[in-house]
Amino acid sequence: MARVVIFGSLRVHTEGLAEVEIAATTTRDLLQKLVDRFPGLDNTVKAGVSLAIDGEVYKEAWFTPIADDSEVVVMPLMVGG
Amino acid sequence: MNKPDFKILGTRPIRPDGLDKVTGKAMFGADKSTTGMLHARILRSPHAHAEIVSIDTTKAEALTGVKAVITGADFDDVESRATRYTMQNCMAQGKALYDGHAIAAVAATSKKIAGEALKLIEVDYKILPHVTDVDAAMAPGAPVLHEGVKARKLGDEVSGNTVGYYSFGHGDPESGFEAADQVIERTFKTAATHQGYIEPHACLASLGADGRGELWCTTQGHYLVRELCAEILHIDASQLRVTASEIGGGFGGKTTIFIEPVALKLSQKAGKPVKLVMSRDEVFRASGPTMSASMDIKIGMSKSGKITAGHAKLRYQGGAFPYQMVMMGAMSAFAAYELEHVQSEGWDVMTNRPKMISYRAPGAPMAVYAVESVVDELCQKLGLDPIDTRLMNAAKEGSKSSYGPTFKAIGLVEALEAAKAHPHYSAPLAPNTGRGVSCGFWFNFGGQVSVSMAINADGTVSLIEGNPDIGGSRASISMMAAEALGIEFDRVRTIVGDTASVGFSDVTDGSRVTFAVGIATINAANAAIKEMCKRAAKIWEIDADAVEWANGAAQPTGHNAGAFPPMSLAEIAATSGKTGGPIAGHHEGAPDKAGVSFGVHLVDVEIDPETGFTAIKRYTAFQDVGKAIHPAYVEGQIQGGAVQGIGWALNEEYIYGEDGRLQNPGFLDYRIPVASDLPMINPVIIEVPNPGHPYGVRGCGETAIVPPLAAVSNGVARAIGERMFELPMSPPKILKALS
Repeated sequence: MARVVIFGSLRVHTEGLAEVEIAATTTRDLLQKLVDRFPGLDNTVKAGVSLAIDGEVYKEAWFTPIADDSEVVVMPLMVGG
Repeated sequence: MNKPDFKILGTRPIRPDGLDKVTGKAMFGADKSTTGMLHARILRSPHAHAEIVSIDTTKAEALTGVKAVITGADFDDVESRATRYTMQNCMAQGKALYDGHAIAAVAATSKKIAGEALKLIEVDYKILPHVTDVDAAMAPGAPVLHEGVKARKLGDEVSGNTVGYYSFGHGDPESGFEAADQVIERTFKTAATHQGYIEPHACLASLGADGRGELWCTTQGHYLVRELCAEILHIDASQLRVTASEIGGGFGGKTTIFIEPVALKLSQKAGKPVKLVMSRDEVFRASGPTMSASMDIKIGMSKSGKITAGHAKLRYQGGAFPYQMVMMGAMSAFAAYELEHVQSEGWDVMTNRPKMISYRAPGAPMAVYAVESVVDELCQKLGLDPIDTRLMNAAKEGSKSSYGPTFKAIGLVEALEAAKAHPHYSAPLAPNTGRGVSCGFWFNFGGQVSVSMAINADGTVSLIEGNPDIGGSRASISMMAAEALGIEFDRVRTIVGDTASVGFSDVTDGSRVTFAVGIATINAANAAIKEMCKRAAKIWEIDADAVEWANGAAQPTGHNAGAFPPMSLAEIAATSGKTGGPIAGHHEGAPDKAGVSFGVHLVDVEIDPETGFTAIKRYTAFQDVGKAIHPAYVEGQIQGGAVQGIGWALNEEYIYGEDGRLQNPGFLDYRIPVASDLPMINPVIIEVPNPGHPYGVRGCGETAIVPPLAAVSNGVARAIGERMFELPMSPPKILKALS
């Protein structure tokens, strides 16, 4: 199962958990399962998030594959200048 | 990644946009005019916060030459809350939220008549209490700009202006502070600054009663302009064609809209094209500067220089509407360091100022300034070398970053080592001079892109992409196309297409274009190459799989392919009309894996003890850019970022009076550094290839504005023997510190 790291201020929605394990094959699958388990994350996920999968940052890429041993960091949707 | 043997990349061809720009032929936002065009002006609030009780436009409408007058009442509501805020920033509805907020607009046969008409508009304001300082705006009891938008998780300890809270980090900072030999905790303030682009916002709009329109404007993202304007005006996106002009600077400040829906609405009402150009005063008062900040930083360090823990609390004000940007500061603050215990928190706060918009690495420069200042003070206290200390703590491949992800290949150590080995670092210092060092970081992004490439019958290549060129991307894209195709650079011409010419592209921001459009360009070239190999195979009457592309030509490969001489791109293109028609390649996608970028800046500053004036005597900037496609443009990006950061450190600030009005809306009183103020900024390019790009590219446009604030401040601290905790360090403040 992928190890999902939740950024600090989102932990109020994950019962204080900084890391959870989710069995998922794609980012879309992972986000859906994350929201199913922690409904408080729904608004954040709908507003958009960035994901770092094994150190590579992805922005709203639903079908990016996730391996069983992947580390996925959930981050706010990032913007630049 | 082994360094490939590039033929085009890394060379410095003549800039394709250079001749037009130096001869005045280039068409910027205000350069377009058309027959029957009207001129528009905007009436702006003189109050920082006021209820708009009534607006009477009767007399203005009656003035000869006036063809249309609009107010907020002319804009229907929209579904998206974010778009509603954007619309209400373009034209106030119900309340004026800052000095300069648009209240009404006039289109007339001349700019003079439009100006006269503005004076005839009668607005009845009920003045409300205002707040422009971030700490005051966050305090309970502060005047609240919008009810019901306070961040859900926050309690009564902060006001309703506090619209966001973010926290990042890992470990247990308190245990790290206990393990430290020295702990320093400081509070910093930085002023709001403006991007200072030379070209004001400008557009020429035409919108018919049938909802069909044309818009010419200066922007970093014409697809974004199209989508926002279509939503605000309730028209179909396909019916509004937006063309991006040449751009006279953006730096993040042109990643939203300020005047475009106003011009379109006036045009629709008047039935004529409308030109609207902001004055410099309006640019300062009513476009989007960056945030001002108030920050608490605590860092612990061992005697040897190991950082044992770090904690940052960042409070940013972003003006009159909800926004989300402090998170970027909180994520950037400690990114340069590999830390066991780290936490960064951030609060987004509204004030009665113009709504912020991105400014080059938005949110990062101030947070990194505060952290790098404390790191430097710790080095001074413990008698440590500032570069050795940073090297000891530097993030590297495999480091868990302070904001979560584990870093892939990055070039911070290489940049620090280059800085340490550079003659600048060991050069003797004159009296009243100090040397400052700072690291800097930016994420860099990918995002949506579209590229269309046509192989012309004469063997040249026409490429259309959808991202306005704000830093040399037409050159770098042409170079990557030429490299991929194996032809000369001058055989390729890249243009930025309008919204009807090529598929959607995200805004030019996040240092994403050379990375993301580059990948799309390589993929488009590969698609064209595949087709050209197919055509050659047909001509040779062999299987397409038996043809490969090398050195700009199709070649038979394998024992059974036959012995044919290579067929060049030009030869294949010349017969394309007879072999199946035009040859093209295109790619639409959303590349990721942009690869973060680090920089290290070294600066020598000299302080005049009589005037408090700070002179930049020497400046060297080291930056990992992955692969410099066109090194001259890359150097320009590094130099430009450094100069803007120097201005932020020394002079630039939005100054508000007690009445909440901006006191310095012009370049005379808002002082940006000019060429004569500065020595040569020496850029040193470091190339640690990004594994996420075929050519190793990382974004390079934003990182360079991050280190200068602390580098200059650290230099000043070492020159005068006093550390300052507020930017800008203008001469009066330095004199005060000296006394």
